[in-house]
Amino acid sequence: MIDLIVLPLIKIVFVLTGVLITVMYLVLLERKVQAWVQARLGPMRVGPHGVLQPIADVVKLFVKEDVTPVRAEKWVFTLAPIIVLVPSLIAFAVIPFGPEVNLFGRPVPLYITDLNVGLLYIVSVAAIGVYGIILGGWSSNSKYPLLGSLRSSAQLISYELAVTLTFVSVILAAGSLSMVQIVEAQHANGVWFAFVQPVALFIYGVGALAETNRNPFDLPEAESELVAGFHTEYSGMRFALFFLAEYTNMIVVSAVATTLFFGGWLRPFPNVEWLSFLGLVPAWIWFTLKTFALLYVFLWIRATLPRYRYDQLMQLGWKWLIPLAIANIVVTAAVKVILGS
Amino acid sequence: MGEAIAFYTFAAMILGFGVLVITARNTVHSVLFLVANFLFVAALYVLLGAQFLAVIQVIVYAGGIVVLYLFVVMLVNLKRPPEAHRDRRRKTGLGLAFSLVILAEVVAIAVFGIVQPAQLAAPKAPLPPEAANNIEQVGWMLYTQYLVPFEVASMLLLVAMVGAIVLARREL
Repeated sequence: MIDLIVLPLIKIVFVLTGVLITVMYLVLLERKVQAWVQARLGPMRVGPHGVLQPIADVVKLFVKEDVTPVRAEKWVFTLAPIIVLVPSLIAFAVIPFGPEVNLFGRPVPLYITDLNVGLLYIVSVAAIGVYGIILGGWSSNSKYPLLGSLRSSAQLISYELAVTLTFVSVILAAGSLSMVQIVEAQHANGVWFAFVQPVALFIYGVGALAETNRNPFDLPEAESELVAGFHTEYSGMRFALFFLAEYTNMIVVSAVATTLFFGGWLRPFPNVEWLSFLGLVPAWIWFTLKTFALLYVFLWIRATLPRYRYDQLMQLGWKWLIPLAIANIVVTAAVKVILGS
Repeated sequence: MGEAIAFYTFAAMILGFGVLVITARNTVHSVLFLVANFLFVAALYVLLGAQFLAVIQVIVYAGGIVVLYLFVVMLVNLKRPPEAHRDRRRKTGLGLAFSLVILAEVVAIAVFGIVQPAQLAAPKAPLPPEAANNIEQVGWMLYTQYLVPFEVASMLLLVAMVGAIVLARREL
């Protein structure tokens, strides 16, 4: 009873709260990093160095007027932000934050569940999120959102292929689709898959930027062309849900990258004996540190690179990344067969 | 007991959403109900212990094919009410006859299924011990017992893909 219902519920509450708080502070971090890159201070007014800014933002979003355009499709208009947010939150169900630990004399795994199709589960959940974006743009009954949502869904579908193909080569290297076993395979091999699969990591990185609509692939919300893209007509808390989903997706792709390519919860150099003092730091802290390092890369790229042109984006996805990913699978499989025999 | 409750809930949801798909006035709503329908079918697969099939169902149908439906529905303007679609060439009688035949077939299958429950076909070659989980079992069956249909299906998809490209770009 406790293992079946109570424990998972407690974990879900912990993970959801953790994710939402992380999102709030990720927004602050983004503004701060942007500001530092541009030699500014960033938010400074609310609390020391602006640490209370996220709370002020949330309050602002809550009390704002919630406008539904008159000619909008009300039912779908309300549903769209929910369809975007829920998949990005439930993706955390299979992300392993750490191995089994003993808590109050009871073995507690630091993940909500370990599906034997964990990686595919994340792909399938991400596939559902596209609906929210298409429907949000369509139901607004307005030109810019519709154009933004068409761009966005075309981009998501194109880059999803490349990202899923990189998963195949990682699965080949690990011999499993379970997120926990992928981390354990990296422990057994004594090397992060970032070094075994550098091509896959590169494609995943580019694809992840495109999937989360981040710079340099933030065409769906290109301000200079589309006002704000698919969420132009949204305001107040419904806009906040889209915003929340975007940042949650950033955390999801960073956490997946940590798990697949950077050894998940493992300490650096897990097989080097004299570094075992690094194991004193709990596993979930290593996981969090790695995820945040990757999130920082996201923010860094946004501050550095200009936006792509739309046709360049499609060319890059279909003519370069997908063939490269397929070639990578062929090479990985061949190497695996040669080494195995 | 719990399994039965889950099954009947999912089955009711599947049927309910199926009915909504064909009764909804707005075509976009129809497509959304279809997605919900597919998600509950995936839930049925999970109930049967076929997690792999469930996930593939969501990726391929809900995530891929229905997105294309949605595009078509959105881009082809279907805001006219269904009455405006009245078409002289529509063969109502023929359609009704075909649906009755299919309905009879479904009823027949249901009756025979109750009278004579089907036996599970045993795999011709026993599964090896390393094929422990669902994905490995599916993979093993696809590449041994069902190798030819599997390869034929992949050829079919390849031909369809080439055909789509040729149709889309005639000047190639």
